[in-house]
Amino acid sequence: SRYRKKKQKRYLLPDIISTVEFNHTGELLATGDKGGRVVIFQREPESKNAPHSQGEYDVYSTFQSHEPEFDYLKSLEIEEKINKIKWLPQQNAAHSLLSTNDKTIKLWKITERDKRPEGYNLKDEEGKLKDLSTVTSLQVPVLKPMDLMVEVSPRRIFANGHTYHINSISVNSDCETYMSADDLRINLWHLAVTDRSFNIVDIKPANMEDLTEVITASEFHPHHCNLFVYSSSKGSLRLCDMRAAALCDKHSKLFEEPEDPSSRSFFSEIISSVSDVKFSHSGRYMLTRDYLTVKVWDLNMEARPIETYQVHDYLRSKLCSLYENDCIFDKFECAWNGSDSVIMTGAYNNFFRMFDRNSKRDVTLEASRESSKPRAVLKPRRVCMGGKRRRDDISVDSLDFTKKILHTAWHPAENIIAIAATNNLYIFQDKVNSDMH
Amino acid sequence: MFARGLKRKCVDQEDDGEGALAGFGTIPSYSLQRQSLLDMSLVKLQLCHMLVEPNLCRSVLIANTVRQIQEEMTRDGVGQGAAPQSTGRAPLDRLVSTEILCRTVRGPEAGCPVPDLGDGPLQGPLPEICTVDAAEVPRSPQSNPWEMDSPRESRGSFQKSLDQIFETLEHKNHSSMEDLFSDMDSSYYDLDTVLTGMMTSAKPGLCDGLEGFAAAAPPPGSTCKSDLAEVDHVVEILVET
Repeated sequence: SRYRKKKQKRYLLPDIISTVEFNHTGELLATGDKGGRVVIFQREPESKNAPHSQGEYDVYSTFQSHEPEFDYLKSLEIEEKINKIKWLPQQNAAHSLLSTNDKTIKLWKITERDKRPEGYNLKDEEGKLKDLSTVTSLQVPVLKPMDLMVEVSPRRIFANGHTYHINSISVNSDCETYMSADDLRINLWHLAVTDRSFNIVDIKPANMEDLTEVITASEFHPHHCNLFVYSSSKGSLRLCDMRAAALCDKHSKLFEEPEDPSSRSFFSEIISSVSDVKFSHSGRYMLTRDYLTVKVWDLNMEARPIETYQVHDYLRSKLCSLYENDCIFDKFECAWNGSDSVIMTGAYNNFFRMFDRNSKRDVTLEASRESSKPRAVLKPRRVCMGGKRRRDDISVDSLDFTKKILHTAWHPAENIIAIAATNNLYIFQDKVNSDMH
Repeated sequence: MFARGLKRKCVDQEDDGEGALAGFGTIPSYSLQRQSLLDMSLVKLQLCHMLVEPNLCRSVLIANTVRQIQEEMTRDGVGQGAAPQSTGRAPLDRLVSTEILCRTVRGPEAGCPVPDLGDGPLQGPLPEICTVDAAEVPRSPQSNPWEMDSPRESRGSFQKSLDQIFETLEHKNHSSMEDLFSDMDSSYYDLDTVLTGMMTSAKPGLCDGLEGFAAAAPPPGSTCKSDLAEVDHVVEILVET
């Protein structure tokens, strides 16, 4: 089956991975971690000489993006954990990305240096000034190849824009602006301007006692630079048009599924909170993740999602325990494949799930070192609730809830996925050409 | 109306406990479980003196859960003490600000131990309920104790903002506060017992618990600023061919 034969590469990083993001071509893969570090992987060009190592990812660059800070006004620490990384579309030889922690967004420029000039007239090889009397002729310095050096430098620091914790950043399709969203507000920035941002959404109530809903995620439409969506802790999505007003508090469209009164419990609201929202590559659909499901929404239909997939419905009877140990607040991300035909999301026990929208088939896979023996195929897993149990099934009561896959990413064009499991980054690639598209 | 897992244990007091819980004693009634859920939620909101700002989304969701429980309890006519019906905000009467919860149960105590915040989903042993600064005094019942203008938000710590979310609006006097706590199982305030009880207690806890769920040890990843050049050395590559 197309899901089975995968090449697997595992990296052990020094800290818990907090975000994973491919760039627009898929050549680069960035991870951010809890310690404020960014590690970038680059895909090696396919080589005819070594067909077995075709197109694998290796470490390209590592840098410290954010440091812990102290907010003296509130007497609270500001974590250096990288919440999100977003790549800018590449416009010249350099690569650029935005990285953010809870409070500050930074624009980083990544450049390569693989040549250096040699043969200066006034300086010698070590850079010391030459004695001019020894200079008898002039030469033109030439560029000589050197070992590749990747240089990363911070080009902009967008600070002091947020009172609350930033949960999302999204680069606009105009490539000039981007937005950052915290629990209550969304700001629009120009990439070249750091001392000013425009507030485009503000849901902070006049009286904080009345606060019952927060912003959980936000994203620009991939093609329409005036449209963006934000999700809330009550499970609603709001599509906003920046042309309509400066402050987009009135949504253009409100996407909300009516609650099923028969399944209502004290945990209904919590499990309806949307933890991630992603536009499809086509721009026609949105994908949302809440605690137990992933949903596909058609931008033309606000009343309900067009597709709903159960990620781990066997947890529905365990919600009280999951509330007690705080797992019910875990924020899982979701992802589309390049052709918008398959969606993916993480779960517990280092499981991740893929749903094929066309065939309606789904699969549960595990990211673990135990399953990564040579020549092993990636075996589908199954969780059983009790009753008939097949060999290799996992009982729901033996799931490890400390092993959660919150962050996953899909290559923009190919069947390559990146899965973050605590400190481990797994990169799965198809061995054979897949007909998934 | 309750989570399915709890419904299974919602047998009347008259019935014998059956199934897996037989022999562990009486299965708690729905209202007792609901009360326990309320207690648990209030405890969750009391993360005093955290080093890092608590997650606002989580706090809001828990607060909404508290409100829902309170509203249902009011509708059922089960009050925590007297139920003033005059104002439309009656359910909020039941909401107790975190500081009052601290003060009433434990009496004045100096400070609060800094909690050890593990990385796992199960927080490490939480400190016992602490009091807030002695400077905080009970406010006159009629006035709105909290000025909601924005300078407050920037002045105080986030904990104060959280208090603003859950304040007791019209508790008339201390006696209603006693009523508030009269039917609360005081053992819940010994958090160490609660957390240990979750793991080892023979009594039927609020939740079945997940057998496979063990107390999380913080993941091995360290947050030390190791030399970045060493990243390559610690990176392990496993390639399946």
